[in-house]
Order: sequence, then structure tokens, then C-alpha cells
Amino acid sequence: MDNIAIVGAAQTTYERRKKDKTCYDLVFEMTKQVLEDSGLTLKDIDNVITVSNDFLDGRTISSMAVGEAAGAHDKNVSTVEGDGTFGALYGAMRVLGGFNTTLVVAHSKGSEGDVKHITNAMFDPIFQRFLGLEAITASALQASVYMDRYGIREESFAQVSVKNHGNAKNNPYAHLPMDLTIEDVMGSRKIADPLKLLDCSPVSDGAAAIIIANESYTSKAKTKPVWIKGLAHCAEAYFLGDRDLADPRSLRDAAEKAYAMAEITDPMKAFDVVELYDAFSYMEPLWLEGLGFCSPGEGCKLLDDGITTMSGTLPVNPSGGVLSAHALLVAGLARIIEAVLQLRGEAENRQVPGAKTALAHGINGPCGQSHCVWVLSSEK
Amino acid sequence: MTTERDYGQLLTLTFSTPMPYEWSIGKYGSLFFHEIRAHQRFIGIRCPQCGKVYVPPRRLCAPCFMELDELVILANLGTIMAFSVVNYPFPDPATGEQRPIPYTYGYIKIEGSDNIFSHIINETNVERIAVGMKVAAVFRDREEMQGNIQDIKYFEIME
Ligand SMILES: [Zn+2]
Repeated sequence: MDNIAIVGAAQTTYERRKKDKTCYDLVFEMTKQVLEDSGLTLKDIDNVITVSNDFLDGRTISSMAVGEAAGAHDKNVSTVEGDGTFGALYGAMRVLGGFNTTLVVAHSKGSEGDVKHITNAMFDPIFQRFLGLEAITASALQASVYMDRYGIREESFAQVSVKNHGNAKNNPYAHLPMDLTIEDVMGSRKIADPLKLLDCSPVSDGAAAIIIANESYTSKAKTKPVWIKGLAHCAEAYFLGDRDLADPRSLRDAAEKAYAMAEITDPMKAFDVVELYDAFSYMEPLWLEGLGFCSPGEGCKLLDDGITTMSGTLPVNPSGGVLSAHALLVAGLARIIEAVLQLRGEAENRQVPGAKTALAHGINGPCGQSHCVWVLSSEK
Repeated sequence: MTTERDYGQLLTLTFSTPMPYEWSIGKYGSLFFHEIRAHQRFIGIRCPQCGKVYVPPRRLCAPCFMELDELVILANLGTIMAFSVVNYPFPDPATGEQRPIPYTYGYIKIEGSDNIFSHIINETNVERIAVGMKVAAVFRDREEMQGNIQDIKYFEIME
């Protein structure tokens, strides 16, 4: 793969309701901010990718409404409907395909629609939708399968919530920084067994943007380039019942491909920090298994042993993760941005000292139907 | 091959639940509707770079990629640039009810602005409506205004 790098990053704070901002405002502000961050001007940007979802925005072809706010007036603009990691992946492909620079911007305002309605609508209308299946219910099933397979206790998941909400206290962008105990999580309101309120991410409003550039263009940017060493994605079956929910095989597959591209053989040794898509507490250990940091069923042990805490050898979600801020579609791009900040050494209070190689991860579809894995490095 | 009898066996599923939204109108959109309520007139915004005045006002001049903040007060008057008398049945997006037909959809240039505003024109007889005619906005009674585009009832052709 040719050398390409992320040369600009911007994100909003995440909060429940940004009543003062339209989606257009959010996209415009992120576009302006990511250009400022990179030191590039709009003239340097030769194509734009927006990330949006029509049901969330309540508009047909929602991307068309925000293209100009993304600086795409008179430019080549295209759209990804899905998590921001997939939008960024398409952006990387465009740079690899001959463009000098791609600006990728994602937005969502979960506060404007009815997110339960909207995630219910991702399921099959004939056989599933009318039964009430939506993101939380589906994830509760996945948590339950995972617990049953390996004899995991709810307390192990609660520990992830404690860690990530605690990490969020160091992240000025997070929606839910919190000091929690395992008892707080265990005692929080039952949402869908085994998930309690504090096992679930919030629905946040927010937006984020990055600029990807080819090697010859990285010197035009004022930022320290963060090199894209490997990236891959993989999907599996649509119907939950056609998948083994305790075995994220599409993640394993995507990780293997991304690691091969980056010439990584031992991920535990190779990575200094991980930002992954923990929409629910149980997802963090499950995705760590899929990413090959441990054997299947051993994910919770990584936290038990302190490995994934801020003081461990592999801090996972120093930002507080998706549990602490979940703007749909944006959250995966936020993982990439957090990884970029770590590798630039600009993550402030949440900085993992000396981080050189980072992993960022996003999901699409219920229960991680599809995964996108990024290997990023401060070194070419 | 599907026979007529087989075809009768095929089921369909009806979905008719509304999907609710609460969209932010934003700073300038809110000002636009407040101005209509307070003074029954329009507010536009000027680009400092190209000088273009947009109505309704927005954050950005897209060709200049320039942030806007210079508000311009505009009268409730305009000129018809294009129109169409609509004759096909269509559910009113605001109510879900069948909108009475015919109605006239108009492309209206508000005096003092450089882009084109669109709204309803209360004339459905194509003999009595033409491009270039002057129109004036007619507003809802103030106590009935809700801060949305229907606070403008329609544009009326001026004699
Ligand atoms: Zn302009």
C-alpha cells in the first residue's frame, strides 16, 4: 500500500441535545475546524465524503443537505451511510486511488429522531421488526450468548463501564464522565437483561471530521502525519440467528487482514493503545477477543489483570469509549480521531505516554455485523 | 411461472406508523420565523465576499465557503420567477391528510435578495398567473403563528 496519512482531525463535544445546532451547523463547524487543524485550505481538498443516515436525519439523501457545509460546493462529493470508520475507509481508498486529499465528515443528532424506532428499522420488517427487536434488545441477546458460552458474570461487564466512564473524566469531549463502582453499575436500572443502564452507551449529538492525504501532500499540512499502516473490513450474516453472536468472526477476519497489511504478527506487542466501539460494556472484551488480543472467552481477564486500564500495558478506550459518548455514525470516526491524538501526543490528560502504534475500530449493523479495523502509526 | 392462483397466495405487510422528529431550526432559521411573527416581514443575510443576499438566512455562502452574519431586513414582497399549478393528489406532509388540489407552487424572488424563495401562490387559474408578476406574502394571524413555514399562508398576486 502507498503511504497515506491522517493530517487533520476535529470533533465536537458530545452531549444529549445540541438544540442550538442543526446538522448543517455541525458539519460546517467540523469542516472549518479540521481545515484549521491541518493548516490546509479548502483549495487543498480535492474530494469530500459525508457520512449520514437518512432515518436519523429524517431526510431522503441526507448527504445532499450537508455537502456544501462540508465545503463540497463545486467539488467531488460522495457519501457513506454507516459508521464513520467505513466513511474514513472509503476516504482512504480515494486517496489510494489518486486523489491528493479527502475530507471525511460525519454527523448525527440522535436527539432529533426516535433512536429506538430508527434502530428497530434496521431489522427485517417481515420477520423481526414488529417483535420490537432494536439495538438494545439485540445486544442483550448477544451479551447473554457470550455470558453463557464462557460462564462470564455481569460484574465483569460492569467493570468495563467503571473503567471507561472513569477514563472519560480525562476527555473534555465525553458525554458521560463518571466516577462509578461495580455496585453502581450492578444496581443501575434494568434495561434488557443482562444489560443495565450503565452497561449501555448514551445517545449523543455530535460530529467529527478528518483529512486523509497522500504522502506527497502530508508536508503541506502543519500537523504531524499519522500514517495508515493497515485497514480492512468484513461483514457477516444479516439475521442474528444466522450468526454465532459470541464469536465475532468478521472482526477476526478484518483484524487479520489489517494486521497483515501492517506486518503485525503479535497485536499485544504491536499496539500501545486501542480505541474500540464499546456501544455496550460487554462489547469491549468480546471485540478484544475478535481483535486477537487474547483467546476466545478471555476478554474479561484482560481487565481483571489490569492490562487494559490507563496504567496497563494496553490501555483500551482512554477516551472513555463509546460507553461515554455515542453519536451514531460519528463514534467510529471519533475512535480514529482519539487514536490520532494519541499518536500525535496531543491527547492531554488521556495521553498514553509514548504511544506509537494505535488500533481504531468501528462497527456497522446490529451486534457488530460488520467491523472496520484501522492500524495507525506515528512512524512511516 | 407464477400462476394467478399462486399470486393470490402471496402476502404483503403494511407499515403505517409515523416516525417522529424534532429538528433544530438553528440560529438564523429561528430569527427568520421570529421576524415574521414580530413584523410580518422577512430577514435575509448578506455574504461579505460576493455580496449575495440569501433568504431564508443561513450560516454559509457555499460558493465562497464564507460564514455569514450580516442580517438584512426584507419586505414581504417578491416577483414570480416560475410556478406550477399542481393537480395530482398528494398527502400534506404537515398533516398526512390529502391536500386540496389544485394548488400553485411558486418560485419567488423576494425584493432585495439574490436567491429564490419558494412557497404557495393563491392563484390556481393559469390564465391569471404569469412569470414576472409581483406578489406579497400573506401571513397567519399572529396568535396562530407557530414558528414554521406555514406562518406564511401564501403569496398573493398584487393587482
Ligand atoms: Zn459569497
